[in-house]
Amino acid sequence: MISDRLLAEFDSIVRNYPVRRSALIPILLTTQEHLGYLSDESIAAIARYLNLPAIDVYEVVTFYSMLRRHPVGKHHIQVCTNISCLLLGGEEIFERVSKRLGIKEGETTSDGQFSLAEVECLGACCNAPAMQVNYTYYNDLTAEKVDQILQALQKPEER
Amino acid sequence: MPELALLTHVQHRNLMTVEEYRQTGGYEALRKVLLEMKPDQVIEEVKKSGLRGRGGAGFPTGMKWSFIPKNSEKPKYMVVNSDESEPGTCKDRVIIEKTPFLLLEGIAISSYAVGSSTCYLYIRGEYYDQAMILKQAIEDAYRHGFLGKNILGSGYNLDVYLHRGAGAYICGEETGLLESLEGKKGWPRLKPPFPAISGLYGCPTCVNNVETLAAVVSIIQNGGDWYAALGTPKNGGTRLFCVSGHVKKPGTYELPMGIPLRSIIYDYAGGMKDDRKLKAVIPGGSSVPILTADEIDVKMDFDSVAAIGSLLGSGGVVVINEDTCMVKALLRIARFYAHESCGQCTPCREGTTWLKKTLQRVYEGDARQAELDQVLSIAFNMMGTTICPLADAAAMPVRSYIQKFRHEFEYHVQHKCCDVKPAVRI
Repeated sequence: MISDRLLAEFDSIVRNYPVRRSALIPILLTTQEHLGYLSDESIAAIARYLNLPAIDVYEVVTFYSMLRRHPVGKHHIQVCTNISCLLLGGEEIFERVSKRLGIKEGETTSDGQFSLAEVECLGACCNAPAMQVNYTYYNDLTAEKVDQILQALQKPEER
Repeated sequence: MPELALLTHVQHRNLMTVEEYRQTGGYEALRKVLLEMKPDQVIEEVKKSGLRGRGGAGFPTGMKWSFIPKNSEKPKYMVVNSDESEPGTCKDRVIIEKTPFLLLEGIAISSYAVGSSTCYLYIRGEYYDQAMILKQAIEDAYRHGFLGKNILGSGYNLDVYLHRGAGAYICGEETGLLESLEGKKGWPRLKPPFPAISGLYGCPTCVNNVETLAAVVSIIQNGGDWYAALGTPKNGGTRLFCVSGHVKKPGTYELPMGIPLRSIIYDYAGGMKDDRKLKAVIPGGSSVPILTADEIDVKMDFDSVAAIGSLLGSGGVVVINEDTCMVKALLRIARFYAHESCGQCTPCREGTTWLKKTLQRVYEGDARQAELDQVLSIAFNMMGTTICPLADAAAMPVRSYIQKFRHEFEYHVQHKCCDVKPAVRI
């Protein structure tokens, strides 16, 4: 459901542009940040709000890698394995996270706490290897650092 | 320490408020421009500086500005490209994180020069914290009268809107960015018309990189001649070089244009990590042709790097040591371009995936010798055949890695394992 509060945010985004459609991607990001992902229902509501055919919204949602059609974990872990990270062990970092959490690329833990994605360059090349958990960057990673980060993110009762 | 133009006041601390920024002479350049200079004079000063686009293409900035029509019935737009996503590049975020008002002042000066009163600042979606820094800085600038109506009593108005992207390398291409800003998938546009004539909403639009706009401030402060003299002929100023990979001190270094690549690696980035031997260097982001260890005496300016068959590109210097399998490095880069091809043009959509699949088999030792030449032929046929340069960006590394490190590729094919010691069976 698109709440009234979210609709008010849409209204303030739309005011930034002379053409209403320009607000589409910021609105999709805002919706995802509030609701976790972009459901058919949200997409239909956004299409109506911007007076666009739903297909135009689907086209955009499926084009951009950050926009998601399905829920992810509470902590969405995105490990970069592109060139600068690769050289300093990005793939090993990915494997470490995968092994520790028992999930593969694109999967979510059964408790919904963690999900894992291999991503393209995050723009943290001088602090490689790097990953993002939701929007937070973690830099200069080592296996030990990864273990500490994951432990800190786990809920206290699960430790 | 060489003279700086961008990070002059932020070597030891960051300038995160208008007050802090003004204490170091911030906004004096904007004052000078708005109260003493005509737009044409600003453009002339920037032309004199030899500033060339820092996004990667190296197009002369002053000339780009002069293409914006003087008398237009339509509104004119300034669009800031902060969609930094070329692998190996992390320089724009340094400006945003250390001195966001330098960018905002550069935007105001540049918008005035091209006669625009509306600016969209397009930042890649992953840079959430950086977007929040800019949001705060923009509000601060409005509060102090450096944005908004009648800036510094000059009668000039400027509004800046922050616009977040959602994860697409192609939106770093300026017309892909404009499509994205219009709420569409980032399919680059056929040119001409160029954005200067028909850009955002079909209106005259100037698209500039973050580092380019930040550089304009020191050009106004110290003069175009001063800026030009920092670099080499036709390559004015300094450049942010992001040094990553196998070096002791990876980091973003502001250095004069034309500094030898060897000096960047050994004098600034501390030399090779663990004192391993240098094998190769990517001088300007993942899409440019690779250099061997014998080629690092090149001067790092647009023309000198082009003269030895590569490109200065985005300033992303990726240093690679002797323990690295070049087949694996190329395969990872090929996977990236296959993922990021927008799918609009056939040679790129099909070519990038074909390259990725074949290189995967080469890596696994499951390809025939003749397929190495086929890979080269695919790459050759992709170049110059598409709407935007992504196909070239995918093809250039393929051709240069195989030409310069062919024995490693042949070894994979012939022995089904890697030539790089310790040899690992795949």
